Amino acid sequence: MNSNTKDQWLYTISSKKKLIDLNLNEIWHYRDLLFLFVKRDVITVYKQTVLGPLWYLIQPLFTSVIFTLVFNNLGNINTGGVPPFLFNLAGITAWNYFKECLTKTSNTFVANKNIFGKVYFPRAIMPLSITISNLLKFGIQLAIFLFFYGYYAFQGMEVSFSNYWFLFPFYVLIMALLGLGLGMIISSMTTKYRDLTVMINFAIQLLMYLSAVPYPLAEAKSKFPPTVALIVEYNPLTQVIEGFRNIVLNSGTFSWYGFLYTLIISILLFLIGLIIFNKTEKSFIDTV
Amino acid sequence: MSDTILKVEHISKQYRLGLVGTGTLSHDLNRWWHKVRGKDDPYLKVGAVNDRSTVSNSNYVWALRDINFSVQKGEVLGIIGKNGAGKSTLLKILSRVTSPTVGEIKTKGRIASLLEVGTGFHPELTGKENIYLNGAILGMTKSEIKKKEKEIIDFSGCLRYINTPVKRYSSGMRVRLAFAVAAFLEPDILVVDEVLAVGDAEFQKKAIGKMQDISKGDGRTVLFVSHNMAAVQDLCTRVIILEHGIKTFEGDVSKGINTYLSNNNTYDAFVDFEVKDELETSRFSRFEIRNSKDELSSGFHSGEPITFSISIKVKNTLRNPVFSLRISDLNHVNIITWRSNDYIEEPLRKNQSEDFQINLTTKDLYLLNGVYSVSIGLADGTEMLQAEIKFIEFEVHPSKPNNDFHSITKEKSTNSLIYSIANWDVS
Repeated sequence: MNSNTKDQWLYTISSKKKLIDLNLNEIWHYRDLLFLFVKRDVITVYKQTVLGPLWYLIQPLFTSVIFTLVFNNLGNINTGGVPPFLFNLAGITAWNYFKECLTKTSNTFVANKNIFGKVYFPRAIMPLSITISNLLKFGIQLAIFLFFYGYYAFQGMEVSFSNYWFLFPFYVLIMALLGLGLGMIISSMTTKYRDLTVMINFAIQLLMYLSAVPYPLAEAKSKFPPTVALIVEYNPLTQVIEGFRNIVLNSGTFSWYGFLYTLIISILLFLIGLIIFNKTEKSFIDTV
Repeated sequence: MSDTILKVEHISKQYRLGLVGTGTLSHDLNRWWHKVRGKDDPYLKVGAVNDRSTVSNSNYVWALRDINFSVQKGEVLGIIGKNGAGKSTLLKILSRVTSPTVGEIKTKGRIASLLEVGTGFHPELTGKENIYLNGAILGMTKSEIKKKEKEIIDFSGCLRYINTPVKRYSSGMRVRLAFAVAAFLEPDILVVDEVLAVGDAEFQKKAIGKMQDISKGDGRTVLFVSHNMAAVQDLCTRVIILEHGIKTFEGDVSKGINTYLSNNNTYDAFVDFEVKDELETSRFSRFEIRNSKDELSSGFHSGEPITFSISIKVKNTLRNPVFSLRISDLNHVNIITWRSNDYIEEPLRKNQSEDFQINLTTKDLYLLNGVYSVSIGLADGTEMLQAEIKFIEFEVHPSKPNNDFHSITKEKSTNSLIYSIANWDVS
C-alpha cells in the first residue's frame, strides 16, 4: 500500500521543465474560465466610453479613406477593377483582426501581472480569450464592410464572392493563429526585455506595408525590386490578406499552394508560441 | 505515510537583487553557454542568506533555502515569520505562481490559494458575475459554481448587492465575497495569506470558523500564513517558522509561537542615541527593552514583565534628576506614565555625577494586544534636559497562559485600553 501511494501524486511542482509542454489538458480543464474571460471582455468593453462600439467603425473607415486618397488617387495603384475604397476596407478589416490579436496578446504577461502573480491557471487562457473576444470586433467591422459592399453592388459595380468563399473560416483561423502565435512569443520575451513593447507598435506599422494591405500582390510583383517582392509574396500575412480579398471581392489570384503554405506556417507559429509561452509562465513573475 | 497530501522537498528559490532587466542579457547568454557545455548554472552557486538589513557583495540571494516539510490530510499548518522571511515566496511556489529554483513539491490534491483580496475581480462586473469569474480563475467549473452559488452569497452576506458592480463595493465586502468563493471552492489544500486582516471582527470570526470546518469537518488541509498570533493559535495544528528563508522550527503551535515571539521581533529592541563627544548637557546614550529572561525583545505577552533599561551619560552633576517613561498606543493615547519623583523614596540619587543606568520593570501591566510606543524624558529639577517622543515601539500579543507569569488571552476591544486581574466573588 505504502509503496503504491508514492506514485499517486497528482502533480509535481519542480524546477525542471519539459522541453515541449503544450499543456492542452489543463487548458481544456479551464475552458469555463476561457468563456468567462471572453464574456467579461465583451461586457466591459463599451463601459465608460462615449462613442462605444462606434470606435470600431471610425478607425477602419477613416483609414480606408486615407489609403484610397494616398495610394489610389495619388499613387495610382491599380486595384484590378475593384472600387479602391472597398479594396482598402477589405484589407484593413482583415489586417485589423490580426493586428488586434497580436498587440493585445503581446502584452499578456505585463498587463496581467497582478492576477498572474496571485493565482495559477494556465496562462494561455488569457491570449486565447483575447483572440476569441476580438472576433466580436472583427464581426462588427465585417458588417460595415458588407454594408459598403451592398452599397457598391446597388450602385451597379460588378463585385462578387469568389468560388472559394467556404475557406473564409479558415482564413479567420489562420489570422487568429498567426496573431496568437506571434503575440505569445513576443509577450514571453517582453517579460524580460521591455524594448519589445516599444518595438511592436512601430514594427506592426511597417509589417502592414509588407503584407500587401494597401496594394494588391500583383502590383508588388511588377513594381517592387525582386527581393522585396519575394519577401512580400512569402510573407504569410500577404497570403491571408490576398486570400481574404479574393474571397470577398473575387480579385487577385487564389492558389491552394499559398493557402496550405500559410496554414502550415500559422500552425507552426502557434505551436512554437504556445511552447515558449508555457515555458515562460512558470517563473515570469520574478522578472516581469 | 499514506495520509501525506503535500510533500515539500529541498525547495529553494533564488532571486537576483537590484535592477532585474539590466545586464540580464549577458547573464542569460552566460547561463546558456554553461548549459550547452552541460555545466551547472554558474549563478546558482552564489547567493547569500536573505537578510534584508545587511549588505552583501553577492547580487543573488536565496529567498528560500532547502525547505523540507510534509503536510498530512486535515492538518492546518501555520507558517509564521518576519517580513521577508520567505513566507509569501513559499506560498507563491505552492500556488504555482512561480517555480522553485531547486527542489520539488509533490501534492495529491488541488491547491487553491486565497492570496489577496478579490484578485481577479473585475470592477465593472456584478457580484454574481464575479463569483463565476473568480471561481473559474480558482479552477472551478461553471456547474460546480452554480451548485454553490447560494451558499457563497449567503456566507458573504452581500445578497443585497449581488447584482451591483463590484466597483461600488466596500473593501470589506470584496474580501467577504472573495473569501466566500475560495472557501466554497472545496480545494484539497487551501492556502490563505493574511486575507483576514481586512474584514471586521464578525467576519474574521466567521472566516476562522469556516477554515476550522474545512479542516476538521471535511478533512481538508489548510496552509495559513499570518502575523496574527491569536488566529494562528486558534486555527493551526502545527506551525513552521521561517527565518531568512530557512526553516528554523517545526512542530507544536504554542511552542512555535513562543519561539517566534522571543526570537523574531518585528521591532527593534534597542536604540543607540547619538552622543556627541562634547556634551552640553547630560544625555541618553542607550535604550533597551528586555523580557523577563533578560533577553532583548520587542514582543511580549500581555502581563509579561517588561524591563526598560536606559543608560545616561552625565555631563554636569545632576542635582535633582527626574526620569519619566510613558507608554502610548498607536492612536497616541497615553496609557501610562511613570516618573521617578512619583515615589516617596525617589529611585534616582541626588547629585548624580557619573554615568548611570536606570532599569524600570513593569509589574502586573496588562496591556492588550497591539503595538505600543515609548517616550522618555530626563530633567534636572524643573529644567528639561532631553525628551525622546515615541522613538521605539514594542508589540503585545495575546496568548495562552504561560507558567512564568499570569497572562491573559483577552483581545483588545474598542472600548478598553488595559486589563487587570480582579477577584471575583459570586454568591
